[in-house]
Amino acid sequence: MEQRSHPETILSRAGSLRWEAGRDFHDDLVESIYTDAARLADRAVTRAGERGRFDLDRTLDRFVTSRWLGFPLMLLMLTVVFWLTIEGANYPSAMLAALLVDTVHPALKGGAAAIGVPWWIEGLLIDGMYLSMAWVVSVMLPPMAIFFPLFTLLEDFGYLPRVAFNLDGLFRRAGAHGKQALTMAMGFGCNAAAIVSTRVIDSPRERLIAIITNNFSLCNGRWPTQILVATIFIGGLVPAHLAGLVSAAAVVSVAVAGVLLALVVSWALSRTVLRGEASAFSLELPPYRPPQILRTIYTSVIDRTLIVLWRAVIFAIPAGALIWLTSIITVGEASLAEHFIDFTGPFGALIGLNGVILLAYVIAIPANEIIIPTILMLTALSVGSDLGSGAGVMFEPDSVTEKARILKVSGGWTLLTAVNLMLFSLVHNPCSTTIYTIYKETRSAKWTTVSALLPVAMGFILCFLVAIVWRALS
Amino acid sequence: MTDRPVDAGACEACPAHHAANLIRLGVNMANWDYVVALAGNPNTGKTTVFNALTGLRQHTGNWPGKTVVRAEGGFAYGGDRYKLVDLPGTYSLLSTSDDEEVARDFLLFGSPDVTVIVADATLLERNLNLVIQVLEITDRAVLCLNLMDEGERRGMVVDDRRLARDLGVPVVPTVARRSRGIPELLQAVADVATGRTTCKPHRIEPPPGLKAAVEELQAEVSAAFPGLPNARWVSLRLLEGDPRIVEAVRSGEIADLGRHLARASSEAGGARLEVS
Repeated sequence: MEQRSHPETILSRAGSLRWEAGRDFHDDLVESIYTDAARLADRAVTRAGERGRFDLDRTLDRFVTSRWLGFPLMLLMLTVVFWLTIEGANYPSAMLAALLVDTVHPALKGGAAAIGVPWWIEGLLIDGMYLSMAWVVSVMLPPMAIFFPLFTLLEDFGYLPRVAFNLDGLFRRAGAHGKQALTMAMGFGCNAAAIVSTRVIDSPRERLIAIITNNFSLCNGRWPTQILVATIFIGGLVPAHLAGLVSAAAVVSVAVAGVLLALVVSWALSRTVLRGEASAFSLELPPYRPPQILRTIYTSVIDRTLIVLWRAVIFAIPAGALIWLTSIITVGEASLAEHFIDFTGPFGALIGLNGVILLAYVIAIPANEIIIPTILMLTALSVGSDLGSGAGVMFEPDSVTEKARILKVSGGWTLLTAVNLMLFSLVHNPCSTTIYTIYKETRSAKWTTVSALLPVAMGFILCFLVAIVWRALS
Repeated sequence: MTDRPVDAGACEACPAHHAANLIRLGVNMANWDYVVALAGNPNTGKTTVFNALTGLRQHTGNWPGKTVVRAEGGFAYGGDRYKLVDLPGTYSLLSTSDDEEVARDFLLFGSPDVTVIVADATLLERNLNLVIQVLEITDRAVLCLNLMDEGERRGMVVDDRRLARDLGVPVVPTVARRSRGIPELLQAVADVATGRTTCKPHRIEPPPGLKAAVEELQAEVSAAFPGLPNARWVSLRLLEGDPRIVEAVRSGEIADLGRHLARASSEAGGARLEVS
């Protein structure tokens, strides 16, 4: 081999040539690429007419990214989506509950009794596993089947980058990356998926901030909780024809509170443990594209709704068994569930919640989706047999009114409980899938712990403060 | 094609008829014959093209940065099996973001047999910046001029044949969402992969004051690593002091690259046709 072709020789020659070439090498190179591209594009493209015709994209962008109209339009858009979800989901939800809970459940019990199944198998399978699954399907399926396609249509249309554009300034001032607005929007679908999507942020510091604060985006597992509680307790405060709109506004307020919290926490982190400057980036506003409505509905029903529902069902079945077992296994005078509820009751009351809610959040760590069904079942259990027909047997509410009666009358819920539940549902530990995803992405036990415990601590404090103020005022 | 019945119509004689022979393999990509990389700016419909070819249903969203990890899928066409790799969308391969590094490293060290560059026909100038950079690295590429319908809607006419001549690689206009142009794209990919089409890619003129330096270094790099298809690009990167490339030259990784491609093209063989 010739002496001149040795790698080190080449490298040192490159070094000295670089020195001779001077400082602007990179800029010169980029410029020659740009000049070339412009020349080639100019040769290939002919435009009809001298000036562009009326440009719909630009006109739309003037409105949706406007300094004054941008935010109100964003809130309006969200409210309309939730209003459609709430109004649209009510009836099919009641129908599913009537079918799965009121018709199939007694039929199964009757069948089991007819063939002489032992009481504990019947309880575990039908009152535990089947009923919690039935609840998850009837509570979750209708809102998801409406919300996901609507959200995906907005996404395909090209609205999400405009949201990021509007929010970018806020995130920058919070010391975070502007693309965090995009990952936050993804979090409205699923936090675990959004945490994977934070890979679009290059700086590790800003990426950690985006990961830790992503939990403040209400994920689809929590929308049904928000929607149901808002419908019962907040929609119930106003005349019926306004109820849907007011409930939607309440849900939007919680979602907006989540965005504000994400900003505040990002700001605090970037001023303390994750100190640093926000890095610049360019955000492309892609052209608006007509969404492919049928395909979007198909893929969001198949890919999102059914997959999320399936996950919820898988987690709900063992949880149902667990709920049934904790309510049937007694230690001393009372069941395990009652012990826990009594034990945490005073603490729950202090922060404006109750022992049932706290127990539900322990049982529902694998999946937030099952919070409402769990709370309903536990409430029925903990108040004894006036609703069900014996220990371990779940009640069979058939509509929103019935759920409302159970929570208000039997659970002793007040408006404060409802408001704090909505807040706690926003600010508490991420589900186990998300925690695992955070660990996979950060490879750090420390940051995973922070991401898991910081929100739950904040949730307790937030609910406590709200309870103090509430009680002082009323 | 040799076993076609004699009475086959004109349609069946046309190579694009192979589209009927597209077998989408989804995630099954064992025993592939060729590796195809999908590169392009963010939000040009790369993932839509990926889905159209593999039959997978990766979610596509209308915002840049949607694909954050490399997705892989497979398809079979004309008797060969292809592995398709969807790279993250980038605007360039020069600067230092992680996305650009993933895309650049795959194009360089993953040695794809064909690189399909998906470009937004309505923003041709900006997209060409990336195309030019990809063509510096690899000379086996196909330009997929996507979103032609948007271009038409805006009254733009893109002369794809002129572009193909200027760039020296096949250019296929498509509307991937409606599968328009996908058969032609498949045929172009197969032609480049099997060596039926040889590309003569366009190369950047180095900045005037640097011409001599680039040429000198290029001569040395070619001498040290014979068979390297992108000696000029490597020289440009060395001049700029790109740490990844400096390392690859030092360790000799660059030399493997030359050998791999030399082998690939001798295997391909066959009748060669210049792109005109």
